[in-house]
Amino acid sequence: MTVFLIFFPLFVSLVLFVLRPANAKVWALAGSLVELIGSLVVVASFVTNHDYQFVVNVPWVTSLGLHFAVGIDGISLLLVLLTTVLVPLIILSSFKTEYHKPATFYGLILMMQMALIGVFTSLDGLLFYLFWEVALIPIYFICLIWGGEDRGRITLKFFIYTLAGSLFMLVALVYLYYQTPGLHTFEIQALYQAGRDLPPAQQSILFWALFVAFAIKMPVFPFHTWQPDTYTVAPTPGTMLLSGIMLKMGIYGMIRWLLPVVPLGVKEWGLTAVIISVIGIVYASCIAIIQKDFKRLIAYSSIAHVGLIAAGALTLSPIGVQGAMIQMLSHGIIVFGLFYIIEIIFERTQTHRLANLGGIRNVAPILATVFVIVMLGSVALPLTSGFVGEFLLINSLFHYQPLLGAIAGLTIILGAVYMLKTFQKTMSGEVNNTTMDFGDLTNHEKLVLYPVIVLIVLIGVYPTPLLNISASAVANLLNIYSNFSATGQ
Amino acid sequence: MNALLVICGLGVFSLIAEILNFKKWLITIVFLGLFAAVVLVALEFGTSTSRFSEMLLFDNFSLAFVGLISVITLLWFWMADDYFRLHPHITDRTAMVLFTVVGAMIMSSFNNMAMLFLGIEILSISLYVLAGSHKESLFSTEAAFKYFLMGSFATGFLLMGIALTYGATGSFQVTKIAAKLAGHGSDLPYFFYAGVLLMLAGLAFKISAVPFHFWAPDVYEGSPTAITALMSTVVKIAAIAAFYRIFSMCFSSVHSTWAGALQVIAVLTLVVANVTAVNQNSVKRMLAYSSVGHVGYILIAFVSNDGAAAGTIFYYLAAYAIASLAAFTILSSLEKNQQLITVENFNGLFRKKPLMALGMTIALLSLAGIPPLPGFFGKYMVFALAIENGYIGLVILAVITSLIGVYYYFRILIAMYFKESHEEEGIDSPSVNLLIFLLIVMTIGLGIFPDSLLNLVQ
Repeated sequence: MTVFLIFFPLFVSLVLFVLRPANAKVWALAGSLVELIGSLVVVASFVTNHDYQFVVNVPWVTSLGLHFAVGIDGISLLLVLLTTVLVPLIILSSFKTEYHKPATFYGLILMMQMALIGVFTSLDGLLFYLFWEVALIPIYFICLIWGGEDRGRITLKFFIYTLAGSLFMLVALVYLYYQTPGLHTFEIQALYQAGRDLPPAQQSILFWALFVAFAIKMPVFPFHTWQPDTYTVAPTPGTMLLSGIMLKMGIYGMIRWLLPVVPLGVKEWGLTAVIISVIGIVYASCIAIIQKDFKRLIAYSSIAHVGLIAAGALTLSPIGVQGAMIQMLSHGIIVFGLFYIIEIIFERTQTHRLANLGGIRNVAPILATVFVIVMLGSVALPLTSGFVGEFLLINSLFHYQPLLGAIAGLTIILGAVYMLKTFQKTMSGEVNNTTMDFGDLTNHEKLVLYPVIVLIVLIGVYPTPLLNISASAVANLLNIYSNFSATGQ
Repeated sequence: MNALLVICGLGVFSLIAEILNFKKWLITIVFLGLFAAVVLVALEFGTSTSRFSEMLLFDNFSLAFVGLISVITLLWFWMADDYFRLHPHITDRTAMVLFTVVGAMIMSSFNNMAMLFLGIEILSISLYVLAGSHKESLFSTEAAFKYFLMGSFATGFLLMGIALTYGATGSFQVTKIAAKLAGHGSDLPYFFYAGVLLMLAGLAFKISAVPFHFWAPDVYEGSPTAITALMSTVVKIAAIAAFYRIFSMCFSSVHSTWAGALQVIAVLTLVVANVTAVNQNSVKRMLAYSSVGHVGYILIAFVSNDGAAAGTIFYYLAAYAIASLAAFTILSSLEKNQQLITVENFNGLFRKKPLMALGMTIALLSLAGIPPLPGFFGKYMVFALAIENGYIGLVILAVITSLIGVYYYFRILIAMYFKESHEEEGIDSPSVNLLIFLLIVMTIGLGIFPDSLLNLVQ
């Protein structure tokens, strides 16, 4: 089943590349819906415990110790689900825009989906790295070919920046590989064991090599400088892929490939990393407040949210990691909704500048209502999905370090400031020349946005099933730390 | 062995083809001959024979390299169709290329210093002529002259080195020298070490490692593009093979004499070549520096563990050769009659010729070492070998130069996908398109199944 989930999108994308059908978007949507059904089948047959399920393990390159080993546990499953839910929505949301060379465009999106699912299910260090890199190529070309002004320079910066991080991760993984006993292997449990047996000094170095790779991908302050430009210049589906799913690769990587691998390194440097993340939250929120461009504003808000997720996960408490899991889902859905609303506004007014907008509520009440709901999710109002995640995360931070928890709590207040300000500038007030002829949501747009709203509210009201999926896997992952405190290390 | 004889025969045959009036069929016959060579290598594989009083030794290492050289030459003849068709003296040129290949094969299978020298000279003299084969072009003549001057200088070093080694060990036979060195490590005369270092300098020139690389950019740029492709694939493979045979099989036991110098050379090669490539606007010059840079990665594998590096180096070279052949194929079909191909010539290629753009993209991504293309696995194995042997510093340096590499390779990508072009569309040649398609398939295949090549040399 895992193999199907990984290779089916690749298959569809190859079909698109070769046949180049005129209605490529329909093919892509159909393919991604089949993928969604596949993932729902996985959810239905998933047994809630901490084991990897649907495991496939075949040797690929024996001389390099590379195995094609994939499997799904609770942590993977949530992210696989996020990917398979968002990709059809992203494809559907792009239906109105006519992209030139549509077969290539949608083929690349599906290729991206293949790599993302691969990242979330790999149980082999080198395989994980391969998928991690492969995910970069389609998104790079999506941004380069269909992006906005000055994209050549900006996307190159994005590519080199993220590649730099991941190459150091590769060095760290290879180093771990040579620490495994006997015939070396990249098998995940063997790497965990090899990492744990290392002396603290080496674990610290490995911690930074891995952390920087993940921090760049998320991005966490101060590794975020590629992000606002790239989000702004990317075509909207690209921005959605980047912010909705791809940044979760960084957090997933941290939970799966950092925390269990170098526990002593995390003990040593975890606090520093948390402080960096918390600084990033405040810093990005403040910048978001003064942004004049709608898309950039959401880009910075994304840095703030992801900083909180990273900080929560690094507290090493089950609440924190669980909060990170649920907030990853919630953030993915909300940020998709926000970028789609931006796209709708842009399509009608040709501007991202907040100053040019206003009064949309008067002409498009349904859009305004949808925007309110998504926005409330973003500022973590109770009964929205954002609340569950942020509450758990801030709670865990507060237990970890009350002062840091308090500072991180600012994220909700600052978030409310910039989101409400945005609402005020776009939706309320009087209509002006730009927004005069603004039409309300079409049926097609409703079809995309209503599921988003339903998901936001549903997860907010009843998050337990989702939390249950990952609970035992998270507990198992953090076992190593409770063992540490038990033995007094 | 049989492959070598077939290629020699082909060379002689093309010399007399003019008289026999076989010109029309010449290229077809060459294709068949090269194909036969590949088959013969495959049949011989797994055996180990020495010929000519043990002056040539065909073990798995040399057979794998001879096979690789034959395959690349076959593809090269396909790519260089225009070079033969549009210019006079087809028979002479074909013969020269074939003799270059003969030299390359001897360089990867010699067991005697004299054979090494012969191989290098057969290869070089043919190449000097080929570099100048666009007689009406000043650049081509200049390239040939520079190459000749610098090349003969390096040969002098090499010859001096061979002479000193002979003086110290009393033999030209690689295996005998190796046995002698393993026996008396300490009581060698001091000039033996000078001999080793002189040979290192001479061969470093042939593989164009910094600081012996100054000829490469000018010669690559001035030579006809097809010949540049030959230099950066077949000739490079042969030079590295010769380097490996000498230093790993013969001088392995005096590792400490040359390892330090080689490490400095590797670091310089990586840094200088990659940094200089950034500012090149001429694509041929850029590829020249990139080809020098790739030698740096190969040398890292060599420095880390010369005994275990054979498989890594072989795979790296195969990946590199196929990717650069693809790049040169596209370059030469864009070139038409211009002397200078700049990055701007690639503008808008994605819209005009998607297949070419795809081919170039895959070639550049492979050269830049992006997974899952073979260039990545090549670099990965180099890094893994270095980490295993504790050369973390070198790996970090190589990581940084890889990032610089991405920067200059991606300039062409950006031009192809992002910049607009105002030039008219050229005509598509089905033969070139088929070759590009084949090279794409080979690149991806090599990336997904690296085991297929890795186990050949181990």
